[in-house]
Amino acid sequence: MPGEKEVRSIKFGMLSPDMIRKMSVTAIVTPDVYDENGMPVKGGVMDPKLGVIEPDQKCETCGNKLAACPGHFGSLELARPVIHIGFVRHIHEILRSTCRKCGRLKLREEEIDKYLELLNRLKDRWPQLAESLSEYVKRRAMKVFECPHCGEKQYRIRYEKPTTFIEEGPLGKLPPTFIRDWLSRIPDRHLRVMGYDPEIAHPSWAVITVLPIPPITVRPSILLETGIRAEDDLTHKLVDIIRTNERLKEAINVGSPEIIIEDLWDLLQYHVTTYIDNEVPGVPPAKRRSGSPLRTLAQRLKGKEGRFRNNLSGKRVDFSARTVVSPDPYLSINEVGVPVDVAMNLTVPLRVTSWNIDEMRKYVLNGPFRYPGANYIIEPNGRRLDLRYNKDLKAVAEGLKPGFIVERHLLDGDIVLFNRQPSLHRMSIMGHVVKVLPGRTFRLHLAVCPPYNADFDGDEMNLHVPQTPEAQAEALTLLLVQEHILSPRYGGPIIGGIQDYISGGYLLSSKVALLTKDRVSDLLASINYEGEIPEPAILAPKRAWLGKQLISLLLPEDFNFAKEAKISSGALKCVNEECFWDSYIVVKKGKFLMGVIDKNAIGAQQPESMLHYIVREYGPSFGRSFMDKAFRLFLRFIEMRGFTMTIDDILIPPHAYEEIKEVFRRALDEISRTITLYKEGKLEITPGRTLEESLELKILEILSKARDEAGDLAVKYLDPFNNVFIMAKTGARGSALNVTQMAAMLGQQSVRGERIHRGYTFRTLPFFGKGDIGPEARGFVLNSFVKGITPVEMFFHAAGGREGLVDTAVRTSQSGYMQRRLINSMLDVIVEYDGSVRSTYGDLIQFRYGEDGVDPKNASFGKAVSVDRVVRKHVGWRIE
Amino acid sequence: MVDMASEKFDILKHELVPRHEVLKPEEAVEVLRSLGVRPEQLPYLRASDPVARAIGAKPGDVVRITRRSPTAGRVIVYRFVIAG
Ligand SMILES: [Mg+2]
Ligand SMILES: [Zn+2]
Ligand SMILES: [Zn+2]
Repeated sequence: MPGEKEVRSIKFGMLSPDMIRKMSVTAIVTPDVYDENGMPVKGGVMDPKLGVIEPDQKCETCGNKLAACPGHFGSLELARPVIHIGFVRHIHEILRSTCRKCGRLKLREEEIDKYLELLNRLKDRWPQLAESLSEYVKRRAMKVFECPHCGEKQYRIRYEKPTTFIEEGPLGKLPPTFIRDWLSRIPDRHLRVMGYDPEIAHPSWAVITVLPIPPITVRPSILLETGIRAEDDLTHKLVDIIRTNERLKEAINVGSPEIIIEDLWDLLQYHVTTYIDNEVPGVPPAKRRSGSPLRTLAQRLKGKEGRFRNNLSGKRVDFSARTVVSPDPYLSINEVGVPVDVAMNLTVPLRVTSWNIDEMRKYVLNGPFRYPGANYIIEPNGRRLDLRYNKDLKAVAEGLKPGFIVERHLLDGDIVLFNRQPSLHRMSIMGHVVKVLPGRTFRLHLAVCPPYNADFDGDEMNLHVPQTPEAQAEALTLLLVQEHILSPRYGGPIIGGIQDYISGGYLLSSKVALLTKDRVSDLLASINYEGEIPEPAILAPKRAWLGKQLISLLLPEDFNFAKEAKISSGALKCVNEECFWDSYIVVKKGKFLMGVIDKNAIGAQQPESMLHYIVREYGPSFGRSFMDKAFRLFLRFIEMRGFTMTIDDILIPPHAYEEIKEVFRRALDEISRTITLYKEGKLEITPGRTLEESLELKILEILSKARDEAGDLAVKYLDPFNNVFIMAKTGARGSALNVTQMAAMLGQQSVRGERIHRGYTFRTLPFFGKGDIGPEARGFVLNSFVKGITPVEMFFHAAGGREGLVDTAVRTSQSGYMQRRLINSMLDVIVEYDGSVRSTYGDLIQFRYGEDGVDPKNASFGKAVSVDRVVRKHVGWRIE
Repeated sequence: MVDMASEKFDILKHELVPRHEVLKPEEAVEVLRSLGVRPEQLPYLRASDPVARAIGAKPGDVVRITRRSPTAGRVIVYRFVIAG
C-alpha cells in the first residue's frame, strides 16, 4: 500500500528537555483546574489545547474531532530540577565512575580509546558482550580515586534511598542541580564507553528540568452518578506537582530562607517521584482521600493487572463463552454440550453461495431470537446488518445473494475449542464437536476429565469458536479430542476409563456376569449395535451370554493382547494365562477370552494398557469410537446391576474391635520395651540417625505394622467382593488404606513426616503428662471412621490434614510461577522441518528434537517400535 | 590424595567426557552450511571450559561432540567456541 511504512526496529531512549518543550502545545502555569463556571482553566492541567474530550468538539490544537485527535502534550518548567526515580541506579553508577571536577571517565584516554574500539566491534554481533564490557569499564573507573585527566582527588559517593546522593567528602549532599551539571560535563565519547548513547539518552536528562504533561485522554475524568466530576489519579498528582512548584518558585522569588526552599524542593521531589512510581521502597505512597494508594505511571504498567500482562500479552476475545461444566456420559468424547442460549450468541460466518442460499435464507428468516437463526449479515460492500434491529427479516432473507456473509448460530457439528484453566499442558485446550443441548451448562464426557483436570464441583470452562475455514480445519485435524488420547507426558492414554467405567468394566467382564437374552439386547441397544447377536456361551440349563462376549464385539478382529489385570494380587495373583483366578487378561484374535477389564485394561493415565494399544494400533478414530461404545456399555451394565456403597461394606463385628485393641496392646508393649531399651542405652542405632531419631523410627515402624495388622484383621470380616473392595481392587476409586482407615483404624497422624509433637511445653495437649511419648500422646488414632474418633484424635487428624492443605496451596503458587517462567522462555521455540529445534532468530537449541527426534506420544519407551508388542500382536502370545 | 592439578590427570579419558574435536575450517564451513546457521547461532562452548582447553580449542573454532545416547545411539552436536 502506498504510504505505508514498515517498523524495522524500536529504540528506547529518554526525552530530552528540548524535546519535551518541542512536543509541548502549551505551558502549564497554574494549579487551578476549573473556574467558577466549571470550565477548564487555560494553562491548567485540563487545558483544552491538550486535546478534545467531548464528542463533536473540535480540537484547538489539531482541529480534529474526538475520534481523530491523538491528544497533545503540555509541559511544566520546574522551579528547581528533581531526580527521575527510574534512573537513580544509572545516576549513581555514572557519578561514581566519572570525575567530580572535569566530568571525564576516570580512566586514561588511551584505555578509553581501546575500550571504545572494542565496544564498536562487539556492538552489532554480540550486544550482550558489549553490555558486559561497559559494565567492566565502569567497575574499573569506580575504583579510581584520583582523576587521570585533571588530577582531582575523588571521594566515595553514597546513594541514600530514595533520591539522595551524598559525597563522603567536602560537598556532602549533592543537590540535583549539581548532579545535572556534573552529568552534562561528561564528554560524549566517555558516555559511549559506559554504554550510553548521548543522542537518545543523555544521562543529564535523568534529572528532570521540564516535566511533560500527558494529554487528557490518558487521564480522563469520570462523571459520577451524583453529577460530581472525579479526576484521574494522574491529574491529582499533576496538580500536587504544579502547586508545590508554584510555592517553590514563590519562595525563591521572595528570597525565603534556605531551609524553606529546601523543604519545598524535597516536597517537589516527593510528588514527582510518586507521580512516576508510587511503590518506591522508602517513599510513603501517595494516598487518595479514601486511604487507598494512587495508581500512578509505573503502576499502570507493572504486574498482573498492568498494561503488559493484562492488555498486551492477554486480551479479552469475541466468539467465546464461559459457564459451569457438568457430566454427560451420552456424548461422544469428541463432543461438547452447548446450551441453546450460548449457541444463539456465538456465531459462525458463512459465505452465501448458490448451493447454500436456501439454507442461509432459513437462518436469516429465523433471525437472532429463534434457534437456529443468524445474528448478523455482512453485505459484499462490508456493511454489517444487525438482525436484532431489523423488523423485516423476510425482505432481508430475500435480498440475500451469493457473496453475502451470514453469521449464523452455532449448530451441531461445528468445531469449537474448549479450555479449562490453568492451561498447564497441550491437552488443556482441545477441539470439540458442538452438540446443542437444553440447560445452562457446558457438558463433557467423563473420559476427558483427566486431560482438563476437571470435576463438577463448580468448575467453569471456556469455549471459543474458530471463525475462518483455515482455523476450523486446523482445529478439526490437530486439536480434536481424539488426537490427544495419547499423552506425550508418559506415552499412554490420558483419556480413558475412570471410576464407574472401571467398576462397570470389571463387573461386566467378570465371569459371574451371566446375561439373559433380554439383558444382552438391552446392553447392545445402548451402543446402537447393529450386527448379529453372538451364540450364547452357555446353553444349559439356560441360554446365557458372558459379558466378555459383548466386549469382544467391540474389539478389532485381529487384536491380540495379554496382561495382568489390576486385581491380580495376593491370593488372586495370575502371572500368565494358565491361571484359575481370571485376573490375567487374554485377548486373542479380537476375542476377550480371559481376565477382567479394570484399570490396567482401560484406565486413564495407564500406559501399556489394552486401551493404549487399541488407540496406537487402530488409530484415534477407532480408539474414540471404542471408548464411546465400551464406556456406554459399562455404564448401562452398572446401571442394570446397581452399584453403591453401604455402611455394611466397611462395618466389622464388635468382637473384631477387641481383636484390634489386642493388636494395639501388643504394639504398646513392644513400644514400652523399646523405650526401656532406649533408656538403658541398648537401642540399636539406625545408620545415619541419632539415638532419638532411631527411637522415633522404631516406634513409627511398630505403629505402622499395627495398623496394617488391624487392617488385615478387619478385611477378614468383610466380603472381599463387596462394592468398596471392587472399587479399591480394580483401581476405580480408593485404596486398601482407605478401607483400613474406614473399617479398622486411622493409624499414626503426621506433620512433616514426624509424629505430632508440637503444641504445649513437652506435650501436645494438656490431656497428657509432660514428656509422654506414648502413641496416644503423639497423634496415634486408634479408632476408625466408622466407629468414630475421640476429640483428641480428631485434633491430631485435623493437624495432619491441615498440612496437606497448606502443601497444595503452597505448591500451586510455586509451580504456577515456575510454569510462567518456563513458558516465557520457551514459547517461541519451534521444531523445524529438518527436525532441529530453533528459536525465532534461527539460533540452534537442539540439533535434533530431544536428541533422538522421537515424539514421546507415539513412541514406546523411547523406541519407535516395541519388539515385544509386535510379536505379541501378531502371534497372540509371548514366546518364552 | 590425588593431585587434580597435575598434568597426569587427562579429563579426555574420563568415561563421562564425550569425544570433542576441533573442526578444520573447511569442515566447519560445511557444517554451518548444512545447518543453515551463522557460527554464533550454534550453542557456545567457552574457551576456558576444561575440555576446550584440553583439546586446544580457540575462540572462533567449531567443536564437534560425539556422545552416546540411550535412546538415539550416537549423537553428534556442535559448539561454537567463544572467549571467556
Ligand atoms: Mg473442581
Ligand atoms: Zn488534537
Ligand atoms: Zn578530572
